[in-house]
Amino acid sequence: MATLARLPAAAPLVTVAGVRHHYGKSTGDLLVLDNVDLTLNEGEVVGLLGRSGSGKSTLLRSIAGLIAPSEGEIRFEPQLDGSAPSVSMVFQTFALFPWLTVLQNVELGLEAQRVPAEERRTRALAAIDLIGLDGFENAYPKELSGGMRQRVGLARAIVVNPSLLLMDEPFSALDVLTAETLRTDLLDLWSEGRMPIKSILIVTHNIEEAVLMCDRILVFASNPGRIAAEIKVDLPQPRDRLDPAFRALVEDIYARMTARTVAQPARDGLFPGTGISMVLPVVSTNALAGLIEEVDATPFDGRAAMADLSDQLQLEIDDLFPMAETLQLMRFADLSGGDLLLTPAARRYAQADTDARKAIFAQALVQHVPLAQHIRRILDERPSHTAPARRFRDELEDHMSPDYADETLRAVTHWCRYAELFAYDEDADEFSLDNPI
Amino acid sequence: MDFVPQTARGLLSLSRQWRGRVAPSWADAIAFLLLAGGAVLVIRGAEGMIAPLSRLHIAPVTLDPANLPGYALRTTLRMFAALGASLVFTFVVATLAAKSRRAGMVIVPALDILQSVPILGFLTFTVTFFMGLFPASQLGVELAAIFAIFTSQAWNMAFSFYQSLRSVPNDLEEVADSFALSPWRRFIRLDLPFATPALVWNAMMSMSGGWFFVVASEAISVGDTRIMLPGIGSYLALAIDRQDFVSVGWAVAAMAVVILLYDQFVFRPVVVWADRFRFEQTASAHRPRSWAYDLFRRTRLLPVIFAPLTALGQALMTLDRRVAQRARREPTERSDVGRWLWLALVAGAVGWAVWLIAGYVAHNLSAGDVLRAFGLGVITMVRVLVLIALASLIWVPIGVWIGLRPRWAERLQPVAQFLAAFPANVLFPFAVIAIVHWHLNPDIWLSPLMVLGTQWYILFNVIAGASAIPNDLREAAGMFGVRRWQWWRSLAIPGIFPYYVTGALTASGGSWNASIVAELVMWGNQKLTATGLGAYIAQATADGDFPRVTLGIAVMSIFVIGFNRLLWRPLYAYADRRLRLG
Repeated sequence: MATLARLPAAAPLVTVAGVRHHYGKSTGDLLVLDNVDLTLNEGEVVGLLGRSGSGKSTLLRSIAGLIAPSEGEIRFEPQLDGSAPSVSMVFQTFALFPWLTVLQNVELGLEAQRVPAEERRTRALAAIDLIGLDGFENAYPKELSGGMRQRVGLARAIVVNPSLLLMDEPFSALDVLTAETLRTDLLDLWSEGRMPIKSILIVTHNIEEAVLMCDRILVFASNPGRIAAEIKVDLPQPRDRLDPAFRALVEDIYARMTARTVAQPARDGLFPGTGISMVLPVVSTNALAGLIEEVDATPFDGRAAMADLSDQLQLEIDDLFPMAETLQLMRFADLSGGDLLLTPAARRYAQADTDARKAIFAQALVQHVPLAQHIRRILDERPSHTAPARRFRDELEDHMSPDYADETLRAVTHWCRYAELFAYDEDADEFSLDNPI
Repeated sequence: MDFVPQTARGLLSLSRQWRGRVAPSWADAIAFLLLAGGAVLVIRGAEGMIAPLSRLHIAPVTLDPANLPGYALRTTLRMFAALGASLVFTFVVATLAAKSRRAGMVIVPALDILQSVPILGFLTFTVTFFMGLFPASQLGVELAAIFAIFTSQAWNMAFSFYQSLRSVPNDLEEVADSFALSPWRRFIRLDLPFATPALVWNAMMSMSGGWFFVVASEAISVGDTRIMLPGIGSYLALAIDRQDFVSVGWAVAAMAVVILLYDQFVFRPVVVWADRFRFEQTASAHRPRSWAYDLFRRTRLLPVIFAPLTALGQALMTLDRRVAQRARREPTERSDVGRWLWLALVAGAVGWAVWLIAGYVAHNLSAGDVLRAFGLGVITMVRVLVLIALASLIWVPIGVWIGLRPRWAERLQPVAQFLAAFPANVLFPFAVIAIVHWHLNPDIWLSPLMVLGTQWYILFNVIAGASAIPNDLREAAGMFGVRRWQWWRSLAIPGIFPYYVTGALTASGGSWNASIVAELVMWGNQKLTATGLGAYIAQATADGDFPRVTLGIAVMSIFVIGFNRLLWRPLYAYADRRLRLG
């Protein structure tokens, strides 16, 4: 392996010990990170893989010094020359200053370090050259394509000679082709040792990207965010996506991400919380119907590997997993071993016409989504058959953050409107049993 | 005239050009002459400012049109001095409000109220103060006038700057944090550029508002003393006193020329320059243009002229010698005790102020006065409502018509903005002459003066809204044969509504303010009064009746703020929730 060949021994660079982080003042608030330990060594590319909300970005920002974790320690091991390792970061949104040129953007970090003007210019030009942006020094970011902007972001990060490069989903805002080119270029620079970087930590929710780039992948589990698995990738660089070993590893990671841990009691799906306090994602009923139809039809015929689905439907795991888990919650599917298996109810749904579909969906909601059941029951009990939505939002906020409460209620409202379980009037912010005609 | 990075670039390109060809171009010559001429004018004007007060008696303001250019210069200098003061105020106060939660708690509501309160009435208080500061010099009166203009400009600029600072994108903040930019550098590199476009826009609005005040603030009378500073405002006041119709026309013409000049030479170039700071990731198709900016850019001498400024900027940057340290964000632990203490302190100060004002008013006035002021407020409110409704009925259809025709919109939009910048009170004498001539009822016919200057805000916002209606929606409406009233109801009105609300809000605020000068108008010794709160305040000011001025302003503030909170804000929120396109 090229990266291992560069360095004889794996000297630790950064040690993260017992880091916990929660938002809000009281400890009862949302726990984002729970007891995270990890060591980053010299000469390795480490991936933090997980779904949105699993705290991987929080961990990255803690290492970057942008967030102080509530508990625990992040230690930068002193280097041979006695200095502490430095870090710099590449952002998902590029985070370029639109009023500065490419050159000025790249010089920003050097300027903050009070590097003299001539040296600043020389180093920035060298970085721009290295990253392949020659000729664009005086362009403004808005004149560049997405891929070129991220190259500027990369040049800005490496020009300050960091020991550790932090990357926060650096390719997820780019189209597939551009992202691939950029990944390859980055890997080339890294393996040829042309960047002054000793290690790379990359946050991603793209499993293939993680397998393609990393020497070690840390799989994050959500709620609370913690490291669920550590996977060494020993495939030689450059890696081939079609290589059976590569495929096997991707499938294996999918299986790990869908697995219920032993410690977790069997409960409704993988969503945090129980009963009406379950946090639910907003997933469109159209998307759910589409997924059911896709898996029901050939070639899957009721059973599909998540990795194949992700490829076929061009869905990132951030999109695919909430859909699959919603199906699991409503007993339309069973997730195990990285496969999605449709239940008989789902297969009936796939074949039914619109009204029958709604009936099947309504039944699943009432039986398996406690919040839907709860709202419907209250509407049935009240003589007016109306209830303010505020009331349920408040109820949810006793168990979760306002943002989650809002999202959960929106999800359930959307599903129940489709199933015609109840109606919702946005202006009045009110649920009712009237059928609006 | 740029932030420091730009100047470095300018110098670089300069050295490249020097190597190539040394001879300055024709553009250099023009730009140099313009700048040099401007510098001479500034110096001449400033000399006049510090002249002794007695000079005003030796050389009083006269109606000779030959003096007008000089007067226009003095007035313009006052405007820009006030604008400069407003900028300094904005940078200090708004930054403080954005960076310190405690300061923000007091400053933000104060700015919000001040920007919607009629400042015109305060004039009386400040003149006395500034004249006391510089007893025998014109400087005191000048400062009072500048301060009066400042009070009409500063608040909305500061408020906009504060809002920009609070909405700096999070990822850029993180970049600044991760590179540990010092506070000063962060301000120059991130906060200031990000806030610039909104600040420039608000500065332009402020200038328009300022013209309105210039006319009122140059001819200052406090009780029996009447001081006339050389300026267009005094010239106009004198012309009105003498019932000199021709001179009023000269003043109007001078005003128009001045507004046109500074629009072309100052604001257009600044708008074009500020366009680069707009926070957008894609280049917009429609960029503002300015011939003056292009001219200045083409020059080679310009960077040399601005070299001292550049050097100053760089010196300021190097002053900031703090070693870069990666500042770890500490968990924000705010002590509850401190917060409560601060809250108690603020509440105490507010309570004391209320007590003071109530005591002052109660000592001098009775409950009947308060009731009467409120009654007059209702009358003025009816006027404002009716006039805004009328102006809307006229300008909304016209604005939509123009907005849907890009050719016309492009040409007429600047005209509407120019009309909004033109101080309508300059035109009042014409209305007065007409009313006197035909013996019209002032209660009705003085009212239109209130919207004379402010109706344009409705027009140019509606034009902007109509041009922003997406073409596909118009095509869809056309395809389904949506016409007449249905077309208005389902396409045009929802499309322009958010813009219309912005325009109507500005127009209504401006009309309240204008009522102070529009409800009581003089023409020589003829005085026309419309019953209303504006006339009440104007009369009390003329009489030097401080308690009634205070009461009138307080009541008007309550009306304006109530109007904003109960009418415009809900409409705005509704438009934002429901009618935002895309």
